[in-house]
Amino acid sequence: MIKCKGKGVYGAIAIGNVSLFKRQDEPVRRIHVEDVAGEFARFEDAKALATEQLAEIYEKALKEVGETHAQIFEVHMMMLEDDDYNDSITNIIKTQSVNAEFAVATTADNFASMFASMEDAYMQARAADVRDISNRLIACLSEGEQTREELTQKMVICADDLAPSETVSLDKDKVLAFVTAFGSSNSHTAILARNMNIPAVIGVGEDFLKAAEDGKRILVDGYTGEVILDPDEETESAMRRKQEEDLRGKALLQELKGKENVTLDGTKVNIFANIGGVGGVGAALANDAGGIGLFRSEFLYLESTDYPTEEQQFQAYRKVLENMSGKKVIIRTLDIGADKQIDYFQLDKEENPALGFRAIRICLTRPEIFKTQLRALYRASAYGNLGIMFPMITSVSEVEQILAICEEVKAELKAAGVPYDEQTEVGIMIETPAAAVISDKLAPLVNFFSVGTNDLTQYTLAIDRQNAKLEPFCDTHHEAILRLIEMAAENAHKHGAWIGICGELAADTTLTENFLRMGIDELSVSAPFVLPLRDAVRKLDLSK
Amino acid sequence: MKTFSYTIKDAVGIHARPAGLLAKLAKTFTSTVTLEKDGKSMNVTKLMMLMGMGIKCGDTVNFSVEGEDEEAAAKAIEDFMKENL
Repeated sequence: MIKCKGKGVYGAIAIGNVSLFKRQDEPVRRIHVEDVAGEFARFEDAKALATEQLAEIYEKALKEVGETHAQIFEVHMMMLEDDDYNDSITNIIKTQSVNAEFAVATTADNFASMFASMEDAYMQARAADVRDISNRLIACLSEGEQTREELTQKMVICADDLAPSETVSLDKDKVLAFVTAFGSSNSHTAILARNMNIPAVIGVGEDFLKAAEDGKRILVDGYTGEVILDPDEETESAMRRKQEEDLRGKALLQELKGKENVTLDGTKVNIFANIGGVGGVGAALANDAGGIGLFRSEFLYLESTDYPTEEQQFQAYRKVLENMSGKKVIIRTLDIGADKQIDYFQLDKEENPALGFRAIRICLTRPEIFKTQLRALYRASAYGNLGIMFPMITSVSEVEQILAICEEVKAELKAAGVPYDEQTEVGIMIETPAAAVISDKLAPLVNFFSVGTNDLTQYTLAIDRQNAKLEPFCDTHHEAILRLIEMAAENAHKHGAWIGICGELAADTTLTENFLRMGIDELSVSAPFVLPLRDAVRKLDLSK
Repeated sequence: MKTFSYTIKDAVGIHARPAGLLAKLAKTFTSTVTLEKDGKSMNVTKLMMLMGMGIKCGDTVNFSVEGEDEEAAAKAIEDFMKENL
């Protein structure tokens, strides 16, 4: 068993046998020619043939990967027509009296090295495009048509590297996966594989290629980038399980992606995703979340050795807002306490951190930290659809203080001419029984509520979530909790606010019906639960 | 002659696909479209050179368009830049 690791460019699992990609790349020989005009004619014929082949590949790509990605072959056709490229080839033929093959190969080397010498990885990948069109020209010059053995069964194609045209030319129905020893994730091959929905791992290294032989058993994990040759039975069956799970998830996605979160009787609900960092956006979008219902901002503080600056925070928030392109993003302000210690905050040890100096209590005691975060948030609001949410609220006066600070921040930004979105919604977490009970007083002050069911459960039932001994007493469906949520929902709606749930209970499909009957407007869950929840919503009928 | 400047906003700069489309667009006009950056200038129909200039995000490039249809060409190129880069 040999394990190699590269970069997975399309998340999927393949299990099968190796087929080494062979190409006829005999070295180009330099041959002296007398008939320069004849060589020009050979070159023109080859160019016409190459253009014809590229046009065919373009049509195939158009069908298989769509226009955006097929356009590279149009670019290839244009590169073939490029004046400088052509001048270089004809010049070499003329001045050196050499064969067209040699002139093309020399020109290709020159142009490819121009691209390869650039610092930019994206441009370096263009060297492959030049080589690709040049190799095609050379093949057209020598033999006319490129011939390749037809694959008879589905195989894992292994190669040193694949040119974009080689990738598209392969019969998609016979390819289980691509594995290449070299190549970059910016290359068009990687992009094409992604769009052909074929698992691909690139850059596994030369050693892999040495060990790979035609027909050898191979496992390809496009998620982790792991490639395993000659797997033992246990490894293969573990991979098979992962594959089955992956396929099930994708089937659900296929079926539910783009569909509305609507019950049989027409009640709609937003299903958003919870994320804990900028990197979570990918999973949220991949699972078709309608927005971000809870973006925990703690990671900015936890990853840092000192207070994160306004600029650092602004960049992170802006990135998430931009990536969500207009979809709602609710960012929760700092929620730390003695249980989530951060050294530079120098918080005292506490007997009972769950009931201690934490979250909004820290922010209102140390407004300079709070204001830095709020300035970063409002600045970012100009780049998308932001909602700001405050944790651990227990009283009206806390909310009033918060809103006064928000106004201060906005006034400062306005005075400095910094753009922000005046419509930015503000909301509070309902995670203490106190907040739920006085929700009629809180609702008029804010745009939305979001119920944090984890804390609400522990505070309502007076049960420590971390204590396993208390499990038999911890009924997460306790009527008291459900009544508090219902009360908050009623009061929110009475005062024109909306209400969501972002705790673990939001993903509990046995409660979805209860929540929808209460009029909950939004459920925010971790990304993998978005579609199962959508599935559950679409099967409900509230008219019964 | 019509001239205008444009600052690249696309994260990867003038890469293969937009360079190809730009060259293709420029070829539809009889006017000569010249691009200048840091004292280096070139005809934008020359795709390989255009890609080879390695124009990145944040770079400002100056266009000059000269010929019979310069008015329409300049507008088309400027619109293309705004939309794609």
